[in-house]
Formats: sequence, structure tokens, C-alpha cells
Amino acid sequence: MLIRRPSDVLPSEITPRDVFLNRRQFMATAAGSALLAGEAVAALKTVPSRYSASEKPNSLKEITSYNNFYEFGTSKEDPAANAGRLKTKPWQIVVEGEAGKPRIFGLEDLLKLAPLEERIYRLRCVEGWSMVIPWVGIPLSSLLKQVAPTGNAKFVSFETLNDPKQMPGLLTRVLDWPYREGLRMDEAMHPLTILAVGLYGEVLPNQNGAPVRLVVPWKYGFKSIKSVVQIRLQAQQPQTSWNQAAPEEYGFYSNVNPAVAHPRWSQASERRIGEFFKRKTLPFNGYADQVASLYQGMDLKKYF
Amino acid sequence: MLKLLRNSWLWFAVALVPLLRAVYLLAAGELVNPIEFITRSSGTWTLVFLMLTLSITPLRQLSGWAGWLAYRRMLGLYAFFYACLHLLTYLWLDQFFDWAAIVADILKRPFITLGVLAFTLLIPLALTSTQGMMRRLKRRWGQLHRAIYLIALLGVVHYWWLVKKDLTQPIIYACVLSVLLGWRVYKRLQRQRS
Repeated sequence: MLIRRPSDVLPSEITPRDVFLNRRQFMATAAGSALLAGEAVAALKTVPSRYSASEKPNSLKEITSYNNFYEFGTSKEDPAANAGRLKTKPWQIVVEGEAGKPRIFGLEDLLKLAPLEERIYRLRCVEGWSMVIPWVGIPLSSLLKQVAPTGNAKFVSFETLNDPKQMPGLLTRVLDWPYREGLRMDEAMHPLTILAVGLYGEVLPNQNGAPVRLVVPWKYGFKSIKSVVQIRLQAQQPQTSWNQAAPEEYGFYSNVNPAVAHPRWSQASERRIGEFFKRKTLPFNGYADQVASLYQGMDLKKYF
Repeated sequence: MLKLLRNSWLWFAVALVPLLRAVYLLAAGELVNPIEFITRSSGTWTLVFLMLTLSITPLRQLSGWAGWLAYRRMLGLYAFFYACLHLLTYLWLDQFFDWAAIVADILKRPFITLGVLAFTLLIPLALTSTQGMMRRLKRRWGQLHRAIYLIALLGVVHYWWLVKKDLTQPIIYACVLSVLLGWRVYKRLQRQRS
């Protein structure tokens, strides 16, 4: 268990040396390796981002062995154990709905839309734990602009792959599959909202939502939908999985908010993975300066 | 072999395995979220030992061997032991002894309320678990210790209410408890008919 350390880390020091050196071995041996056996680790060329947090990221082991990804099982270890079955190549994202130029994007098309950026973000899970993760991705806006949203595009909905052959968790009806998420258009276009294709400078491990996932850092983790196959622009607010499962517990917005308790536990504090003491949860997960204006005049207790 | 299996010390040691395993995993640094693990594990073993304690009477009646009874006190006290660990984890590692927050939490969150209630009911049972107390309380001892039915029920509901979505585990405990309590109801009805 670590005691908090100061966060004056240079980007060049982000990957602990031993992690870096052991990575090939780790990738080859650890449960749920991101890659098919025998394939070399794909390093991604990235540019740094001014949106990155200056905190020390969690280790690759922590980020890749403690996951919620119910398509592979409901315990934290399940995704790392079972996500090896997920076939991430080829992969397509259908982008449709209220768009002048709907189209299907292959993964390689995504990589051409914008330079890949490293975004070191805090991630706050609705369960009360948090991490710091060095994602690699592109702004979601760079993809949405490609399809020319119409004036009716008020919301964006997302869907995860729904294939029981690759995802054993789909055999239990713990949620109404496929997993669905959604954002308001301005949230989707916000520069903090990214499509992540990697972490720690390499291709996303399957259990973290390979090959492409959404990351919305000021909202609870479940909003950042994994392994996305469909994006729809639409006029109405989309149905989202957790909201459907328990509407009083998980709102459509689900902005990180220490002042609004989950009905069964407090959200005022969180435990950062790797730390012994809890820390205070920050409004909008510490991104209030960038995103609070999106919710001006909204009652955040009502629209939780 | 049978003699060894009947040795209480053997079972006393076996019942410590979950604790030793947790200590090992902590020391080895294997756990990403060690505090969550201790909380869950201690809760799980509290429930398991409550169920084992409640299994003694049906086992005795089904097997016709009275020797089962020799293990019941130890099992019950182990349930209490793991419950103490569970509560301590909550008070210390979750709340850091912030008593105002703890009281607010107990009042505000039904699953915590039930957990604390179940633990409170366990205390008199642990205190009166000695031979001397059994002798002193006579008939009342049996009446008092029937509180375990309620405690086990509260424990299962406590688990049921804290789970985020996947109810598989609480359902398993609920089924086991239904069988254990159902057996007692069945025996009682049988006795009334005869």
C-alpha cells in the first residue's frame, strides 16, 4: 500500500522502468494479454496533451487487472481472465443517425483523423475507487465532425459489441445487452471527451475496452463505454444500460459529484487504487474548470 | 484417520485458513484493492460460518450421530471472529473511526443498518457461549441462541442490498439459508403431527 506521493512527475518518467522492461513479458504472460500470441507489442506514437493531469498514473498491472467489464464477468478479475477471446481485428464502428455523411469507420480510419495524444486522466468509478490512467486517443469531436451532424443531432448514443461467442458474460442477463451509453451533443464535442485506442503508449488491452472505447473523465467510469461498435446521432436522449437497470441509482448524466450520494453509499470520498487513505472526491472529478459551464442552470441533484 | 477428523484442533486450524490466506495475499502484494478484498472476504466467511453453524442440527438429525454438536460452538465463534474483522475493516479502513460519519452512515444506509444490527445481535451469543453460561441460563440459553436465525437472515439481506447488480452470490446464500431454516420448519411440523 502506497502513501500519497507528490505528483511532480515529468512525462518522461511516467512509465516505471521495471514496468517498461517487463512489459513484453507481462503482455505475453499476464491473463488477458492485449495481443494475440506471438504478435509484437504495438507501440503508438503520441503527442503530449495540455489536458493531461500531473498526477502519477497507476501501474499497468493495476490498470489491466482490476476492471469492470460485465461482458466478461462481474468480478474485477474476470475481464483480465476472459477478454483474451475478444477478436479486435478487423473492427468497425458504424456511425449513423442524424448525420449528413454517415459512414463506417475501420480502426485504421480512426487513427488518421487526428494525431494520437497521450491523455493522463483521472478515472472515478461509481463504486468509490479511482485511478489515474495514461490513455492514448483522439478527440471524439474529430470523428463526429467527419459525419456532418445535422441540426437534429442533440444526443449521441454508443453501443458495445454484443457477441456471446467472444463475451461469455453476455450469457447472464445481468444487464440488458448490448451495453449502451450516451452523451449530450455538447458533452460529446467537448475537447476532454476522447476515443481511446491505447494506454501507456501501447494498444489497449482487451479488458480495458479494446480496440476503441470512449473516455469521459468528468463522469463516473461506466459512462466511458468500451469496445464500441456503433455511434448514433439522435434527437432524443438515449436509453443507457445502467440507467435502465437502476434509474434511481445511475442517472443519464452521472457527472462525478461528491454532493450527490448514490442511494446506497456516499460519493463524498474515494479510494485511489494503491493508496491507503481515502481522498475527497472533487466535483466533476476535478475537471470543473473545463466542464462546469456545460451544466449552467441545471439542478445537478435532479439531473444526477 | 477418523480420530484425526474428530479432533477439534484440526478444524480450529482449518477455520483459520481464510485469515492466513488473506494475510499471505496482502504480504505478497497480490491485491490491487487490498482493503476491498479484506472487507469482502471477512464478510463472506462470516456468512459461511453462520451457515455451517446452522448446519449442525440438520446434520445431527439426518446422520443420527450426536457428535456433530461438539463443533457447533467453535463454528459460531468463528462466525463472530470474522464478523469482528469485517466490522473493524469498515470502522477503520473504510471510515477511519470518524464516528460522526459512521453514525450517519448506519442511519442513512439500510444495508449498513442491517449489518450493524446483525453484529449487535451476535455479541450476546458470543458472550454466552461458555459451558458455565449454558448451565446458568438453562432453558433461556436455547431461546436466546435462536437469534442466529434472525442474524443469518439479516446477514444475507445485508449482502443482497449492497451488491451493485450481480445477485448470484447473495442468491446462493439465500438458497442455503432457506434449506437450513426450511428443514427446521419441516421437523417442527412433523413433531406437531406425531
